[in-house]
Formats: sequence, C-alpha cells, structure tokens
Amino acid sequence: MQLLQILWDRREFFLTCLLEHIRISLTAVVCAGVLGILLGAFISRHEKIAGMVLGVVNVIYTIPSISLLGFLIPFTGIGNKTAIIALTVYGLLPIVRNTYTGLTNVDASILEVAEGLGTDGRQMMLGIRFPLALPVIISGFRNMVVMIIAMGGIASFIGAGGLGAAIYRGITTYNMTLTAAGSVLIALLALLSDWLLARVQRRVNRRYGIE
Amino acid sequence: MNKAIEMRNVSAAYGENKVLHQISLVVEKGEFLVIIGPSGCGKTTLLKMINGLVAPAGGEVVVEGERLSGCDITALRRRIGYAVQGAKLFPHMTVEDNICYVPSLGKKMTKEDKQALAGKMLEMVELSAELAGRFPRQLSGGQKQRVGIARAMAADPDILLMDEPFGAVDEITRRSLQGMLQALQKKTGITIVFITHDIEEAFKLGSRILIMKDGWIWQEGRKEELLHDPRDAFVKQLIGGS
Repeated sequence: MQLLQILWDRREFFLTCLLEHIRISLTAVVCAGVLGILLGAFISRHEKIAGMVLGVVNVIYTIPSISLLGFLIPFTGIGNKTAIIALTVYGLLPIVRNTYTGLTNVDASILEVAEGLGTDGRQMMLGIRFPLALPVIISGFRNMVVMIIAMGGIASFIGAGGLGAAIYRGITTYNMTLTAAGSVLIALLALLSDWLLARVQRRVNRRYGIE
Repeated sequence: MNKAIEMRNVSAAYGENKVLHQISLVVEKGEFLVIIGPSGCGKTTLLKMINGLVAPAGGEVVVEGERLSGCDITALRRRIGYAVQGAKLFPHMTVEDNICYVPSLGKKMTKEDKQALAGKMLEMVELSAELAGRFPRQLSGGQKQRVGIARAMAADPDILLMDEPFGAVDEITRRSLQGMLQALQKKTGITIVFITHDIEEAFKLGSRILIMKDGWIWQEGRKEELLHDPRDAFVKQLIGGS
C-alpha cells in the first residue's frame, strides 16, 4: 500500500523517469537490433570469423555491467549517451547469436532447391534465409529487449535518467519504498514489452506459416 | 538443334572420392529419360550437374546449347524446372507464392498475374484452385508433390529435372502422380530427366532408361531392350522384379 501511495504521490516524478527509461531503452534496442542483425547476418556468410565474433560478443557479455559503465566514462562521459552505448553493447549478444543461429540452421535441402530454381544471392538472403530464420531472430530480440530494460536500471549510477534514478535515490536516502517502486515499474515495463513482442512473434509465425 | 542436354566425358568427385566416371550422355528434346540405380550410384549427382548444383571435376555439360562453365547459371536455372523428393516447398510462402516463385525471381508480378498463373498451374497438376491460399504444412504429401511440380513448371521451362519426386508418397498417390506427369509431358512436350529407384516406375514413365552403378552408366536403352538383352547379372536382378 505504501508502494501505491508513493507512486501516486510522486506520479510526475515517476512518469518522467518512466518516459526517460523508455527513451533510453528504445534507443539501445534500435541500435543493438540493427547492429546485431547486420552483424549476425554478416558472420552467417563468413563462417571463418563467426566463432571469433561470437566469442568477443560473449566475453563482453560477461563484463559486469557496472564496470563496463565505468570503463566508458573516460571516453563518453557520464549521462544518457554512455548508458545507451553500454546497453547496446550488452544487447548485442542475444540478437547476434540468434540471428547467426537462425540464418545458419535453415534446412539445407530447402536452400538447395531454391538455388536450383535460380535464386540469386540477395534473393536467397532476403526471400528465403531471413524469413525462415525470423522466428529465432525474434526470440533473440525478445531476450534483448527484456535485458536492456532491466539493465537500464543501473544506468543512473553514471548519471543517466530513467527509473534507475528512483532506485538510486531510494538507496541513498534509505527510502526502501522508493527503491521498490522503481524496481516494480522496471519489472512491469519489461513484462509488458515481452508480452507485446510475444504477440508480434505469434503473428509473424502465423504469417510465415510456421508454428 | 535437338539436344536438350549433352554431357561429354563428365566426371565428378567429392574431395578424393570419385562419384561419377566418364559420363557421356545426350538427352534429346522431348525425351523422358529415367535414371535408376542403387543408392550411392551417383544418380543424384548426375542430375545436379545438369542445373549446376554440382560442378564437374572434368568434362563438359551443355544444356540447351549453352555450356554450363561460363554461362549465367542463375538465368539458366530459371529455365530448368527442378522437383525433389518431399517437394521441399518454401514453408513460409502460400501455395500461390510457391508456384509463382521462379517467374517472380526475374520480374515483378502483380497480384492478378500471380492468381492467374497459380490457377493455371494448379489445374495442370490436377489440384483445386482453392488451395492457392494455403501454406505447405496444410497440405497432404501428395498435394505437396503436385505443388512442387507446379512450382518447377511455372516458368514454362524447357527441361524438368526430378529427383525421386514420388519417393515419399503412398502407392495409390504415386500412381495418380505418375499419370498426371505423363499427361503433363504429353501436353507440353517438355524434356524430363527423372530419378527413381523403383524399376516399375522407370518402365512405366521412361521413354529411355539409364541404369547406373558405382558412378558408371551401366546400361541404357528402352524397356524392351533392357528386358531382352540385359548386360549382366546386376541388370537382370534390377529389372527382374517386374
């Protein structure tokens, strides 16, 4: 009840934080999504460097988020920009990996028939490989979105906005209710996004005749 | 020019492993050539050399007067129909889009063009026009095979390559597919190269039959010639079943 009380009492503050959180997450999601899909598609065509790229992305993923933020400060300073870069870098792993896996695991016999029928390289990627990999890519995208929203809470430690600001302020002022309220809002935002994406995924799968 | 396909002393290898030896072969226009042999005899490899999916290790393949080495293989493939076992339809496309796949690779097709073409092709393979909007997973095995043949034929190719197209369907369906294919060839006069491991199917469909063994052309001829004068015990055993 305290939680609802504080959410209502300071609704303008929370709304500002929420919108800021959405803005930061969305920017990172777009950056990581575009970069990740392009990178995943690229390494699916260049098997030799695929292992290396996936390895690097994997290693980056294991760096504690708080220290990655710290490392970035000397280069990009504090604030939203640094947060967006860090979140983008983290978000790469699920989307690169799933794009790569999806594109390379398309049924080889279908690709061969497509080739035998006269499909050129571009048509193969855009018309056959990518759509058949889409369900796997979307599930990676869902992972990425949830992770970026959740991790966005830490961004306030380097002076970025978002719901992390509420959590951070709660911690520094011994106001546990404030911290809890910020956390709950982040969780709700993540769950809502995941639910929306699940619906998109179902619709795409149906559109593409895969279930 | 009456040669649809010509192979001159062609060989093929996967790494060190030679799978085809000194294949010389002419397929006349309008012929229905059936290739038969045990698994591993190289018949699928031979077929894939005609549309360039397998490159020869030696020799020359000429299709419709064009040498495969050095021609625009993608463009040539669009003029060669290709149907395989299990049909391998594109699962993310409707029956209509599957059928219109090859023509739409080369040019933009309007919705009306696609509808008209799909309708025509579905009729040709004796399927109801109502199937046009379905996805492959909503079709039976026999229906898939028919759509696979419609897809192979949609760009009005000169040659149709078929790799055990009726291998994965039940006996009754197979008979009706065979009848459909015979009618289709009579109507269009298309050149067909057809792989099977079923001698009855070979005798029923083929105007000429090519028996392969261990990467060699073991014997070729019309049904009567093979029955009358089999080369050896292997051929005798192969055709003995019917």
